[in-house]
Amino acid sequence: MFTVPPPEVLAQGILSGILMGFVYALIAVGLSLIFGLMEIVNFAHGEFLMLSMYTAFWAWALFGLDPLLSVPLCAAALFLLGWLTYAGIIRRVLGGPMLAQIFATFGLGIFLRAAAQFLWTPDFRQVGRAWVQGPVNILGISVGLPQVVASGACLVAFGLLYWFITKTETGMALEATAEDRQAAALMGINTARMFALGWGIGSACVGVAGAFLASFFYIFPQVGFLFALIAYVIVALGGFGSIPGSLVAGLIIGVVEVLGGLFIAPAFKYVAVYLIYLLIVLVRPQGLLGKF
Amino acid sequence: MTTTEQFEAVKTEAPRRARTFARADVPTILLGLLLLLALLFPIVYRLPYPRDLAIRVLLYAMLAQAWNILAGYCGQISLGYAVFFGADAYTSSILQTTIGWNPWIGLLMGAAVAVLLSLLIGYPCFRLRGHYFAIATIAIGEIVQTLAINWDFIGGARGLSLPFRKDSLLVFQFQTSKYPYYYIILTLFALCMLVSWRIERTRLGFYFRAIRDDPEAAQSVGISITRYKLVAMAISAAFVAAAGSFYAQYVLYLDPDSVFPLSLSILICVLAVVGGTGTLWGPLVGAALMVPLSEYTRIHFGGTGRAVDLLIYGGLLTAVAVFQPSGLVGLARAWWRRRWRF
Amino acid sequence: MALLTIEGVTKRFGGVVANHKISFAVEEGEILGLIGPNGAGKSTLFEVITGYYRPDAGDIRFSDTRIVGRRPDQINRLGIGRTFQKLRPFRAMTLAENVMVAAMQHERDPGAARREALRYLAFVELADKADSYAITLSTGERKRLEMARAMATRPRLLLLDEITGGVDHRTIPTLIQLIGRLRGEGLTLVVIEHNMRVIMSISDRIVALRLGEVIANGPPAEVGKDRRVIEAYLGEAFVVPAGQAGDAPKPCAPERR
Repeated sequence: MFTVPPPEVLAQGILSGILMGFVYALIAVGLSLIFGLMEIVNFAHGEFLMLSMYTAFWAWALFGLDPLLSVPLCAAALFLLGWLTYAGIIRRVLGGPMLAQIFATFGLGIFLRAAAQFLWTPDFRQVGRAWVQGPVNILGISVGLPQVVASGACLVAFGLLYWFITKTETGMALEATAEDRQAAALMGINTARMFALGWGIGSACVGVAGAFLASFFYIFPQVGFLFALIAYVIVALGGFGSIPGSLVAGLIIGVVEVLGGLFIAPAFKYVAVYLIYLLIVLVRPQGLLGKF
Repeated sequence: MTTTEQFEAVKTEAPRRARTFARADVPTILLGLLLLLALLFPIVYRLPYPRDLAIRVLLYAMLAQAWNILAGYCGQISLGYAVFFGADAYTSSILQTTIGWNPWIGLLMGAAVAVLLSLLIGYPCFRLRGHYFAIATIAIGEIVQTLAINWDFIGGARGLSLPFRKDSLLVFQFQTSKYPYYYIILTLFALCMLVSWRIERTRLGFYFRAIRDDPEAAQSVGISITRYKLVAMAISAAFVAAAGSFYAQYVLYLDPDSVFPLSLSILICVLAVVGGTGTLWGPLVGAALMVPLSEYTRIHFGGTGRAVDLLIYGGLLTAVAVFQPSGLVGLARAWWRRRWRF
Repeated sequence: MALLTIEGVTKRFGGVVANHKISFAVEEGEILGLIGPNGAGKSTLFEVITGYYRPDAGDIRFSDTRIVGRRPDQINRLGIGRTFQKLRPFRAMTLAENVMVAAMQHERDPGAARREALRYLAFVELADKADSYAITLSTGERKRLEMARAMATRPRLLLLDEITGGVDHRTIPTLIQLIGRLRGEGLTLVVIEHNMRVIMSISDRIVALRLGEVIANGPPAEVGKDRRVIEAYLGEAFVVPAGQAGDAPKPCAPERR
C-alpha cells in the first residue's frame, strides 16, 4: 500500500503542497475569524468559495475578464454575501440552540450547491487562456505559474488581513469582540456590526482565494465541499480563532495532502487529511496556536 | 402562605398532578386509527408503487427517528449517520454471502457491529463540543466511504450482490410478493417508535434533554454525560443497523455510493429536522412529507432532478433552523396551544 | 474530622495564578462565607472543588475521600452540590422538570421524582410556578430554582455562588431565611457573597481571599476588623489603626447600591 516516490516527484509534490497551502490558509482564515467571533462554524464556507470561483468564471466567460482582474469583484461580492448571510440568517440563530446554528449554515450550503447545479449544470468548467499560465522553474522544480501567483497573492492577502486585525482600530475592535463579547460591548463597540464585519471579511478572503483558484482549478458545484473539509481541518489544527495558526496549519495540510496522495494512493489523500483532524481535536483541541 | 402551608398543599396536590402522566384519550384514539390504517394500507392499495413508496417512507423514517434519539433528544448532532447504515448493511450481507448465515442472525450481528462501531467512534468524539463533533462525523463518513470504495473484500466500487435464494420469511427474502417487506419494516419502525416513546417518559429521556440543554449543569446534578451520550448512541445505532439489514434484503444489492454517501446522511438529518427534532412524531412527519416530494421532483425534473430536491432540502433546513427549530411538529404544537388559549 | 479539607490548592491559567496554595477546612454543619474582591479566585475555587477544573497542585478531601481529579458528576454523587454564578437552568424544561432531573439521581421513577421536585420547590417557595418554564423567572427566582435543583441531589455540602447578586434587595431577607432553613435541614454550606451585611450575618466563619491567596480565616467579627481584609476591599486609606476602631466592625461595603 505504501510506495515511495522518486525524489524529483517528491520535491515537486512538496513545493506544490506548500503553494496550495497558502491558498488553503486564506480560505481557512475566514472560517477561523468567524468562529473566533461567535463560535459558529460556517458550514457553507465551501459553497462561498465555489460561488467566488463561478463569479470569476462567468466574468471571464461573459465579459472576457481575466480571473486576476476579477479579484476585487469576487472579494466585494463575497463580502456582501457574508454580510447578508449574517444579517439574514446568523443573527437570528445566535442565541438559539446549537442544532439551529449548525443547520442554518449547513442548509445554506446545500442550497447554494444545489442552486449552482440547477443554474449552471454539474459540468466542469475551466477558464481558458488566462493571463498567467504555463510552467515556471523554481529551484529547479517545475510548477505551474498560476499556482505560484495564487499562492503569492494569498500570502499577501493574509498579510493584509493580519495587518488589518492588529494595527487598525476596526481590526482591533474585531479582535476585542472575539476575545470577550460583553467587555467589548461595554466599551462601546457595536458587537452586531463587528459580527457582520467578521462575516464580510471572512467571506471576502474566500472571495480572493476563489478568484485565483479559478485561473487553474476546475470549477463545478461540488468543488466547495472538498475545500471546506480541508478548511475545517486547518482551522482545527491551527487553532480556532488564530490567524497565524491558520497559516502554519495551511502549509502543513497542503504538504500532508500531497504526501498522502504520493505515498498511499491518490484516492486516500483526503483520508490522511481527515485523520489529522480527528487526531488534533482529540489530542490537542486548542490546536497549535489556538486560544482555548 | 407560609412554607409549611405551601408544602402541605403541594403534598395533597401532587398525586393528582402525577396523573397527567397518564395518556389523554384523544391521542390514543388517533394512534389506534393510524395503526389500523398502516396495517390495512397495502391491502387497500394493491398497486406496487404506493407500497414501495410506503416502504421507503418507513425506512427513512426509522433512520431519521434513530438519528433523532441521539441528536434530537440528546443533542449530539451527527452529520455522518450513513456510516452505521452502510456498515450494518454490509455486515449482514457479508455474513450471508461468505459464511452463509441466516439474514436474521445477520441483522442481529450487524446491529452488534454497528453498536460497537458507534461506541468506538462515540467515546473519543463525545469529548468534542457541538460544532467540532459535527465536523468530525462528516470526516469519519468520508473516510469510511473512501475505504469502502477501495476495499475489494466487500466488492469495492462494484458493489455486492445478494443471491436470491427463495421466498421465505426464514431467509428474509420475498420476490413474488413484496407485501411481507412492508409489514416487516412497519414492525421495525413501530419498535423504534415504542423505544423512543419509552425514552421520552423515563429518566433516560430527562437525562438526555438535560445533556442537550446544558451539559455542565447536567454534570452538576450528577449526570455522567459521556455515559449517557454513549447510551443514546448505542440505541440509535442499533435501529439504524436494523434498517440497514432490511435495506440489504429488500434491494439485494449494495454499493458504497448508495449506502455511505453524504447525501444519505444529509437526507436523514433533513427528515428529522423538518419534521421536528426532539419530538416523537417529527421524523415520521418529515419522511412522509419529504420522500414523496423527492420522488415527485425526480420524476418531473429528470436529469437535474437531484439538484431540485437538494435545493428544497437546503432551503427547508435553513428555514426550519432559523424560524422554527422544532420543525413541523413544533409548529403544529404552537398553533394548537394558541388555539386553545382562548 | 472536617467535612471538606482543602490543602495547598493552586490553579494557574497561563500566566495568571487564580488560586495559590489555598488551605482551609469546612466543619460539618457550619456555614462558611467566602469573600474577596473580584478576581480573588473565589469562583475558580468552586470550579476546582466541584471538578470542573483540575488544580495544578494541592489536595481536596471530602469526608476523607480524595476528590481531586474526579469528574463533576462523580463529585456531585459523592455529596457536593452547587449553584452557578451565571445561572444555568435547563431552558427547555419547566421548573418541576429542572428539579426532577436532579431528583432522579435518587428516584428513578418520574412520578416519584416529580413529587420530590415539588417538595424542594415548595421549600424555596416556588411551588406555584412548578409548571412554568425557567426563562419566565426573575433573577431572584432563578437563584432559588438553582438552590432547589442542587438540593434535590441530596448533598451533604452545598456550595452557593453569589446568592444575592443581581437580586432586588427586598428579596434578600427571604434568601437569608432560606439559607438558615438549609442549615436546619442538616446541610453544610460554603457561600460566596459580595454583600457584606449578608455574609457577616449568616456565616459561622469567614475565609477571605485576595489575588488567589487566603488572607484571613476566622469568625466574622474578627475578619471584619482584619486589616488586610479592609485594605483588600477599600484600600489602605480606610484601614483604622488599632485602638481607634471601636467594638462593632463597620460594614465594609456601601449600604446602597
